[in-house]
Amino acid sequence: MPEPLDELYRDIIMDHYRYPRGRKKLENADMRNEGQNPVCGDEIELSLKLDDGRVDEVSVECMGCAISVASGSMLVDAIKGKSLQEVRRIAAAVKAILKGEPLPEEVEMGDLEALAGVKNFPVRIKCALLSWTTLIDGIEALEEGVVANVTSTE
Amino acid sequence: MKVKEESGLSIARAGAAAGFDPEIIKADFPILSREVHGKRLVYLDNAATTQKPESVIQALDDYYRNHNANVHRGIHTLAEEATAAMEGARQKVADFIGGVKTQEVIFTRNCTEAINLVAYSWGRNNLGRGDRIVLTEMEHHANLVPWIALAKRTGAELRYIPIDNDGYLNLSDLNGIISPATRILALTHMSNVLGTINPVEEIIELAHRRGALTLVDAAQSIPHMPVNVKDLDADFVAFSAHKMLGPTGIGILYGKENILNEMEPFIYGGDMIREVRFDSATWNELPWKFEGGTPNIGGAAAFAPALDYLAGLGMDAVRRHEIELISYALDRLQNLGSLRIFGPSNPDDRGGTISFIDNEIHPHDLATILDTYGVAIRAGHHCAQPLMKRLGVSATVRASFYIYNTKDDIDRLVEALKAARRFFGNA
Ligand SMILES: Cc1ncc(COP(=O)(O)O)c(C=O)c1O
Repeated sequence: MPEPLDELYRDIIMDHYRYPRGRKKLENADMRNEGQNPVCGDEIELSLKLDDGRVDEVSVECMGCAISVASGSMLVDAIKGKSLQEVRRIAAAVKAILKGEPLPEEVEMGDLEALAGVKNFPVRIKCALLSWTTLIDGIEALEEGVVANVTSTE
Repeated sequence: MKVKEESGLSIARAGAAAGFDPEIIKADFPILSREVHGKRLVYLDNAATTQKPESVIQALDDYYRNHNANVHRGIHTLAEEATAAMEGARQKVADFIGGVKTQEVIFTRNCTEAINLVAYSWGRNNLGRGDRIVLTEMEHHANLVPWIALAKRTGAELRYIPIDNDGYLNLSDLNGIISPATRILALTHMSNVLGTINPVEEIIELAHRRGALTLVDAAQSIPHMPVNVKDLDADFVAFSAHKMLGPTGIGILYGKENILNEMEPFIYGGDMIREVRFDSATWNELPWKFEGGTPNIGGAAAFAPALDYLAGLGMDAVRRHEIELISYALDRLQNLGSLRIFGPSNPDDRGGTISFIDNEIHPHDLATILDTYGVAIRAGHHCAQPLMKRLGVSATVRASFYIYNTKDDIDRLVEALKAARRFFGNA
């Protein structure tokens, strides 16, 4: 494989793509949001259950390419147990990684660092962002009292 | 054997004389010698836009370097030359599509604008509740959205000729769909997703018997096969220069003279008027009535050598070459065993546009992997979202061929697809 491809499709990403986490639908979610990327047709449904202001359970069902599926799967692992404020910090850090900017301090990235290879493929950045913008829009809507929502990247 | 001469046109003629040789043709296209990710570019996104031969690039340069002026306005030498370039191009278009009158050839920005011209100018003034607009399920958004908007505005109803599972139009209920209430039928000559070439003559004939007008979206057909718009008998035909070796920013609406004469202008302003007073205006004659404002003169000047190039090769030869490529590509792609290929399997029924999906790799991942192998294809919905829904997919990969593509290019595509499989497939 040409080298930039190895950078893009790192083993961690391929693992999340093949075995995505958190696909089970949540009953009685506190927040539910759908996201879509009209240009490529990717679609995602994301829901959260909160407990005492922290993310208790996450479900992500994503129909899309390896990058969007893997990013959504990593999101599930990354935000469990976190407060909404921490979730926002992680989302901001993911954006920074995708733009090749330095990471904000004190954010544990874990598997998410594997997304660094995407920055060399500008047209694919929106694939990696889909689940995160859907998440953040959903949280913002929740804070405004809306439970279900639709986010479009366009 | 490589022929090197100053003018692209003479090279094209030499190519035609030597028989159709895509390797010689390739040499006329500077961009095709560039590399992408360290590999010779294999350009298979011709349904989106084609590359430009040296003669077209030179004509654009020559126009701005030596002849640039506004048209139909000045009395000076440059203005005359610019006007001659524009009107000369119009004559070439008229000849290329079957010897129509120049009054019937309107320059627009692109195929999309040509269709909008009809939807606005004819549609808004002629349609109302109870009228029917007939389209097909395989239309590009360009021949879909203007009619959806028009239907919403006028209260006319939309009906679609369905497709069958092999990617052909299903004509079994054509009589019912093209009812006497039908005022306009607008359909694509060749699908930009499935490659299907539609039997437009037959459908147009029925529509005319019902008293409807007809529009053919020829964006994918006129660049790739001989098309005589008089034989089609369509009232309107729309296409884009950039999909047939010409520059971007210029398209064509052909319309029958008597119908165009009855229509209101589309864009109002300079050039399209005869006489203007403070409270009224009268319209210029055809075709300028529909060309308000300064047109894309450089684009027209550079479109002319594109038409010369294709005419030099002969559209029959272009079509034969593409049938050969389609047969070869369908064979090789089918043999991979991992693809679902859309559209007719008989090369005679389709153009050189092949859409497929890999059973395990998302189109976007495939496009990225192929690009790193220097192979440019398109992945996505190809501006045909309703068709994607009908096919039950969210996106496809599309490879589309043109005069400079070779079997070697298709081999490169197949090798890259195999590499993607090795990397991705065995989950
Ligand atoms: C069938 C068809 N119709 C219309 C168009 C629109 O062409 P343009 O974008 O040049 O207006 C295209 C090309 O994208 C096409 O393939």
